Amino acid sequence: MDDLATSPFVRQELIPERAAPVKVTGFVGFLRTRLFNSPTNILLTIASALLLWFTIVPAIKFLLIDAVWSGKDRTACLAQNAGHEVGACWPFIQAKFAQFIYGFYPEAERWRVNLTFLLAALLLLPLLIPRLPAKGLNACLFFVAFPVVAFFLLLGGGLTGFGVSWTAGVLSGFATGASELGQKLSQAGEATAVIGPLLLLLGKLADLVGWATSGLIWPLLWLNGEIQASARPVWADLAVTAVVVSLILFVLNGGVRTGWRALVASVATFVGIAIVIAVMGLDQGGFAVVSTGLWGGLLVTLVVSVTGIVASMPIGIALALGRRSTIPLIRFFSVVFIEFWRGVPLITVLFFATYMLPLFLPGNFKIDGLVRALIGIALFSGAYIAEVIRGGLQAIPRGQSEAANAIGLSWWKTTGLIVMPQALRHVIPGLVNSFIGLFKDTSLVSIVALFDLLGSVHAAFADPVWATPTTLFTGFAFAGMIYFVFCFGMSRYSLFVENRLNAHGG
Amino acid sequence: MTTDPIVGIAGLNKWYGDFHVLRDIDIDVAKSERIVICGPSGSGKSTFIRCINALEEFQEGRIVVDGIELGPQLRRVDEVRREVGMVFQSFNLFLHLTVLENCTLAPIWVRHVPKKDAEAAAMKYLERVKIPHQANKYPSQLSGGQQQRVAIARALAMNPKVMLFDEPTSALDPEMVKEVLDTMVDLAREGMTMLVVTHEMGFAREVANRIVFMDAGQIIETNTPANFFANPQHTRTKLFLSQILR
Repeated sequence: MDDLATSPFVRQELIPERAAPVKVTGFVGFLRTRLFNSPTNILLTIASALLLWFTIVPAIKFLLIDAVWSGKDRTACLAQNAGHEVGACWPFIQAKFAQFIYGFYPEAERWRVNLTFLLAALLLLPLLIPRLPAKGLNACLFFVAFPVVAFFLLLGGGLTGFGVSWTAGVLSGFATGASELGQKLSQAGEATAVIGPLLLLLGKLADLVGWATSGLIWPLLWLNGEIQASARPVWADLAVTAVVVSLILFVLNGGVRTGWRALVASVATFVGIAIVIAVMGLDQGGFAVVSTGLWGGLLVTLVVSVTGIVASMPIGIALALGRRSTIPLIRFFSVVFIEFWRGVPLITVLFFATYMLPLFLPGNFKIDGLVRALIGIALFSGAYIAEVIRGGLQAIPRGQSEAANAIGLSWWKTTGLIVMPQALRHVIPGLVNSFIGLFKDTSLVSIVALFDLLGSVHAAFADPVWATPTTLFTGFAFAGMIYFVFCFGMSRYSLFVENRLNAHGG
Repeated sequence: MTTDPIVGIAGLNKWYGDFHVLRDIDIDVAKSERIVICGPSGSGKSTFIRCINALEEFQEGRIVVDGIELGPQLRRVDEVRREVGMVFQSFNLFLHLTVLENCTLAPIWVRHVPKKDAEAAAMKYLERVKIPHQANKYPSQLSGGQQQRVAIARALAMNPKVMLFDEPTSALDPEMVKEVLDTMVDLAREGMTMLVVTHEMGFAREVANRIVFMDAGQIIETNTPANFFANPQHTRTKLFLSQILR
């Protein structure tokens, strides 16, 4: 201690930088420090190299070197005709390609599918590139306008009315429903002993509600009648709806003082709708209807997965917030919903949606088979997404929402502007993981008679024209590659987004 | 000093379950008054000032801020929060927003100020806390002291009538304490009403009109800084001062 105290150290000059004694950079450095730096690592390196050798080489041999590239039927892919061991039978894919993409979609109408794909790509790509402007408009077009357009493009069919006739339909349906319920209850009430008077009272009440509704909506029904009687009902209806909605928005947004922007936006939206109706001829019946039973291949895979991914996000967000809610009823409902859907296999969900649901629905109420599967998948995946998002919500320190409250933000604004954006950033890897899982799980729809990509590939194996020893492997290799391209694309894009957000520690 | 208090607190009581955290707090704060609240940890001083903008609920008593009454039902909480700015110990800046966006968020979404005006105003406040050149950085790119000054600017951007500081310097490196305290001193000179929970006795001596000493959820002693340090009355205050002023 005395020595230390008596001889203080003061550095006279700073030590200059020196090169490392062992080479740690460059290729040699890499070999030394990463691959061959210890006996275990040397063993692992050799084992990995062997593994690569035994997988990659045969794969390349099968897919490229031994593959048959042209031919008209199975004979081209037989070893005795090719003159060598046969790998992949690519002419099979070539011949069945259209079926893998479109399923049984009629050939003359396939341009509609192509146009839908093109529209999706044109709207999605600018949405994914952060530098491009007008994200809000772009998102509106992709998430709201595109699904409607895609519906009429892919399915076909037209419109017979617009806002007025829909509202009139829903309200008059409600009125008749209430009246019918009322009459049934009243009858039951007259026949029952103990709770009879109560039922009678309820019945009278429902009847009254129905009667009052139909009384209140008669001007609407009259207007609807006039519109339907006019020469061009769709256009008349659209015009009336546009005027009414625009005026309401104008007044709600502050009228003459501040409402002009809302008015312009509303009018522009309706002009956009009018253009779509005119271009697609929706007022004259639109395109020929192609029932969803004919859809297939990549088309079904993409429709199911994109709808599932897009629809499960809001469901997941709502459930995650519900599960953290302080209101017991909402929390209870969310927990039960999430646990139910997570506890049931997707196959069960699809079976139930396809074969059981129609038994429970009223006779005249029919839902398309594809739509039933879509709803099942969206709810199923929503429950998973909810748990992923809840994980993100739990990672947000309480201080964030406290600070937001302290500057006067309401619960909705705190959640929407502060908590949720940060939570979603935290869980991008988990979300994309779920999305990739969902994309591949869509192949399960083939068990409920929907021919997705894998289902189409599978169906093509049955064709005797292409029955060769390697057809099966070729088909699965092709399907695998397509799935891989989409999933890998999602994975890479999510990495890109993560890196971009992490650049500033967000 | 005006006679009408800007913050009036009467009979404030709060319990965490069975634990009585705040007991019969009565205090009036006049406009432009600076009050420093000190006391040992666990004495309820943070809980107390968090009650003023309803970050904590309370079971008894009433708080009036600029004529807006806040009872145990917290009915007018949104109005009160608009008038009261708060600075936290751990800054709590919104990490996904830039410094400028942190300061414009509330004016835009709560007061519905047009974005351009909000940004101009925010720049003014950032200049006041002396970091206008960091406006487009993210909070994680700033030092602790800078972050706390942004937090002050963010609170000021709502034009509050009262500012609450909850141990604003205790999460900072010693080197950065001064820049934050200087900003607070400037703010005090401009006539802001301030309630500050802090252990910075130098700041208290220089800036405070009154020092409130709390222990076990109650106000033990209220005094002018000069008297508080030179001539503390209560034995608990004397003990506290003897431990922190060495």
